[in-house]
Amino acid sequence: MAVAQAINGGLRRLPAWTIYIVGAAYAVWEFWRALNQIGPYLVEPINVLERAYGEIALILMVVGLMVTPLRQWTGVNLIKFRRAIGVTAFLFVLAHFLVFAILDVQSVSRVWTEIVKRPYVTVGMAAFLMLIPLAVTSNNLSVRKMGSAAWRKMHKLTYPAAILGAIHYLWLVKGFQLEPIIYLVVILGLLATRLNWQEKRRAAM
Amino acid sequence: MAYRWTNTLTQADVTPKAAYLNRRQILAGTVGLGAIGLAGRANAQELEPNTLEEITSYNNFYEFGTGKNDPAQNAHQLVTSPWSIKVDGMVDNPGDYALDDLLAGLSVEDRLYRFRCVEAWSMVIPWNGIELADILNKVGVQSGAKYVAFETVVQPENMIGVQRRVLDFPYVEGLRLDEAMHPLTIMATGIYDEPIANQNGAPIRLVVPWKYGFKSIKSIVRITLTDQEPPTSWNIANPREYGFYSNVNPTVDHPRWSQATERRIGGGLFASRQDTLMFNGYPEVAPLYEGQDLTVDI
Repeated sequence: MAVAQAINGGLRRLPAWTIYIVGAAYAVWEFWRALNQIGPYLVEPINVLERAYGEIALILMVVGLMVTPLRQWTGVNLIKFRRAIGVTAFLFVLAHFLVFAILDVQSVSRVWTEIVKRPYVTVGMAAFLMLIPLAVTSNNLSVRKMGSAAWRKMHKLTYPAAILGAIHYLWLVKGFQLEPIIYLVVILGLLATRLNWQEKRRAAM
Repeated sequence: MAYRWTNTLTQADVTPKAAYLNRRQILAGTVGLGAIGLAGRANAQELEPNTLEEITSYNNFYEFGTGKNDPAQNAHQLVTSPWSIKVDGMVDNPGDYALDDLLAGLSVEDRLYRFRCVEAWSMVIPWNGIELADILNKVGVQSGAKYVAFETVVQPENMIGVQRRVLDFPYVEGLRLDEAMHPLTIMATGIYDEPIANQNGAPIRLVVPWKYGFKSIKSIVRITLTDQEPPTSWNIANPREYGFYSNVNPTVDHPRWSQATERRIGGGLFASRQDTLMFNGYPEVAPLYEGQDLTVDI
């Protein structure tokens, strides 16, 4: 616990908006590399950028879901960063969608066709739509207006959105690939820890 | 009998070596005047070959990993010499042929082909290769044979993707005999007059330009003539998505994505899509499929 306290003490001085700065810097950095076709962007920058934004969004969703179990198990408290992590995840989903729509598919009618006809796009789009109200209400004013209980209930949409995000990834790859399966398993595992606590809480009452 | 297939392109349309080594810079500078002159000609602009760098660093070769850059990173471990190919099944002269013996006396031609991946991207590649028909005639196809089956090498200790079993290795592919004998079908041994890079399927691979790229099996160690339709790797993995024929067809979508358009590699971040052509722009193969419903025989 001493380690956890030291970490918490160190993090106290780090403002939450650092997450936005780092997120924006990463997004710009990747875009700049894609534009100049550097490193992994050498040959086919569009698809690689689309994947990069999508994958970091999924990673941030996982990190956001880890905040609560991490505090329960280790005492490390990242709760003050969670809103910034969630909103940054949403912004990367938005960036992922914009690269898909504007740079990859390149026409409104084709975007619509993809959403309607391709189940993995439908699933990804559903996750994106779920995250919109969450991003819009990620501010103190909304918490006050909605009331804490209703706000919390609505923000549980994160759970299905994360699952759909992982399915979206799993569904688009060719063949039997490990990475998307790992994301799905980790997300389901993190959600399962929440089921357990609710049961424990009920048992304790 | 080589040189059966001809088109309007000649050797002069292949980008000179000095240019392909660094196309972007040359086009930007004055040295590129010759290349720009070429691009003004009909057809030549559309079929401007990709650079060797593009061709060798964006690949699908799952034995070396599933990332597009993985084969370029990992394929150097592939041992390509000595190389022998087992020829068996319904042939007059079966046996294990050293690669040089199998190809001895056959002519290597330049073929500038479009290459369309099932993932809806494409390149233009200046292959050097031998018509498969020449090889098959050399080993002697028996009268009852209807199909040709191919198999990729498996070197588990040199191919880091093999253990992951993304597919059921060895990778296998097949063609109907008339497809295999078509003059467009070649066995490539080089690109840009250099020995073919490991990630591109060294030392010898199939190239069937009117079919999706995965049909053009790499690093071949076995050729079998048979009277049965041979199993093919992607069809085994997902029969709903990958048929035996897998002809490039803009009107038949992959179940998970559209095949109507494609992105030509090399256009950068703002490259626009272009329409995919039936048979990838090789209408001369259409008679092979007369009487077949290509929405069923995918």
